[in-house]
Amino acid sequence: MNSPSPSSVVILRFSLGLVLGVLIVSSVLTGCDRSNSVATDPRGTKALSLLNVSYDPTRELYAEVNRQFSAHWRATTGQEVSIRMSHGGSGKQARAVIDGLEADVVTLALAYDIDSIALHSGLIAPDWQHRFPHNSAPYTSTIVFLVRKGNPKGIKDWGDLVKPDVAVITPNPKSSGGARWNYLAAWGYVLKRELGDLKKLREPKPAEDVANAQLKARQFLTELFRRVPVLDSGARGATMTFVQRGIGDVLLSWENEAFLAVHELGKDQIEIIVPSISILAEPSVAVVDTVVDRRGTRQVAEAYLQYLYSPAGQAAAAQHFYRPRDASAVPVELLRRFPKLELFTVDEAFGGWQKAQREHFDDGGVFDAISKPRLSEP
Amino acid sequence: MLIGGGVPSALTGFSASSAVTAERPVVRWALIGVAIVFLGLFLVIPLIAVFLQAFEKGIAAYFRALLDPDTQSAVRLTLLVAAVAVPLNTVFGVVAAWAITKFEFAGKNALITLIDLPFSISPVVAGLVFVFLFGRQGWLGPWLEAHGVRVIFAVPGMVLATVFVTFPFVARELIPLMKAQGTEEEEAARLLGASGWQTFWRVTLPNIKWGLLYGIVLCNGRAMGEFGAVSVVSGHVRGQTNTIPLHVEILYNEYNVAAAFAVASLLATLALATLALKSLLEWKVARQLAETDAKP
Repeated sequence: MNSPSPSSVVILRFSLGLVLGVLIVSSVLTGCDRSNSVATDPRGTKALSLLNVSYDPTRELYAEVNRQFSAHWRATTGQEVSIRMSHGGSGKQARAVIDGLEADVVTLALAYDIDSIALHSGLIAPDWQHRFPHNSAPYTSTIVFLVRKGNPKGIKDWGDLVKPDVAVITPNPKSSGGARWNYLAAWGYVLKRELGDLKKLREPKPAEDVANAQLKARQFLTELFRRVPVLDSGARGATMTFVQRGIGDVLLSWENEAFLAVHELGKDQIEIIVPSISILAEPSVAVVDTVVDRRGTRQVAEAYLQYLYSPAGQAAAAQHFYRPRDASAVPVELLRRFPKLELFTVDEAFGGWQKAQREHFDDGGVFDAISKPRLSEP
Repeated sequence: MLIGGGVPSALTGFSASSAVTAERPVVRWALIGVAIVFLGLFLVIPLIAVFLQAFEKGIAAYFRALLDPDTQSAVRLTLLVAAVAVPLNTVFGVVAAWAITKFEFAGKNALITLIDLPFSISPVVAGLVFVFLFGRQGWLGPWLEAHGVRVIFAVPGMVLATVFVTFPFVARELIPLMKAQGTEEEEAARLLGASGWQTFWRVTLPNIKWGLLYGIVLCNGRAMGEFGAVSVVSGHVRGQTNTIPLHVEILYNEYNVAAAFAVASLLATLALATLALKSLLEWKVARQLAETDAKP
């Protein structure tokens, strides 16, 4: 028998001991970490923490708002508050909150995603939209186009998107809030073009015209999605696809996201095209009732969202390219950046988010039907 | 799927095969040339690109990116996750390989197949499995919530997901080695009166030590670099549930390309260290196998 040298036995005993030691230490560490994330603060000090689960393009906005709000809260109450952020596609983030991501507040791309949290998990009271002014949407935005410098494909309005050689970048409406706004903006454009006035949608008389307009819109969207080479899961991913990877001729984008891309990359690469008409996008905010009540953070969470409506919050929104609700407190030079264009709401064109979601984006809805032929193509 | 097992035999067979195949030098050099060009295009150039991008904004910016509190937190979390996942899988790998190669029992092939499962399953699915098990809507979610324990979107979930995806590395490395070594030495030890524990410590473990370390190195590389499964259960809370790979993605998405590549260069350095260690261990394993073969 080949007996091992005593030294190698010692080494092996030592290494196994080390492995076991690491195992024990790390499990103790994970234990600590867990308790840390459950309670407010293990040290028993007055430090507070909030988790804001948000969508993709708000990174820069909330980096600034969080800094300001922490200072504001310290000045008014003497408490330290640290705000942690999680960003991703709006639908994906809503899903994570439903699955247990412990958000104190959610600041998502559209009311429907917050409705989903309320409906599927009961973490948020159903009347959340009435708790803050303006339907709990402290700032708005719209959908614009981002094209390559000099606009080589000559894209001026929605109709130009379906020209033969145009490749369009938009994220996946199933997972991205921005993508749903993109989709509805395009649909609304066709309705408006065909009907002249969106009020006709609710009048019983021109039913035939309405059906015809809806059919035209469906054809337009089918054509549009045939020109989409990649469906990213979130707005930021789509921006990166267009800007960094250089794919596509036009990006359908949040106005704020488009401004930011131009700001970051310089006007010598890309430019913004404002269409004749677009949708009024209302990103919504809510306090996650169950979580704030358990963690004892309701007061600071509500103050945080209220702060978005304050003059400072509105100015921060405008600074980061979101259209403020209350322009009175915002410097004029900041307002000048927002071009005037005709905007319609989801309620006007689609009868609300619940209806729009059910008809267009749920499984078996219009989006599934018009994007399916793509999958069968080689 | 003899991942590591094939490598040592290829090494030992090298001198024999070059004598057997009498290709003309032109063919040989052409083949070597193709291999080198391929490696250069797909491995060396991207690696250089990572470091070039990382230092694009200067050395100060590079270190600023690395010293950023969120980066530090990502590094700490990555080390923590690996520190739990790797030892766990090491113990499991040794136990499983020992059972499979030293004993005969029903369902052995099924066990081998099961060990391979994480290799064949997509990491996203692996992550979702844990969401379905431990998420708020999942089987154990309500119980966990009632007891104030958080698994998903917290460190324990990320550790679990990493353990799952790195599960096969050690076992897969040891099984071929231990099979090749056979059970004679253990049988002899038992005949001479050694207990099972003594046999393991004094006979089996010394025989497999280099193979074991090789498996640990591979396991560690994957544990630190894992993206998919960890991404699903992370929740992406900055400074709290981001590992290095997740943090790289976040930085990139924030137009912070230089910082993203600076952090990525940490991972690349880790990969290079793993590679160096792996080559050394491969050589040791080959020697160990050669010794086994040489024994009467």
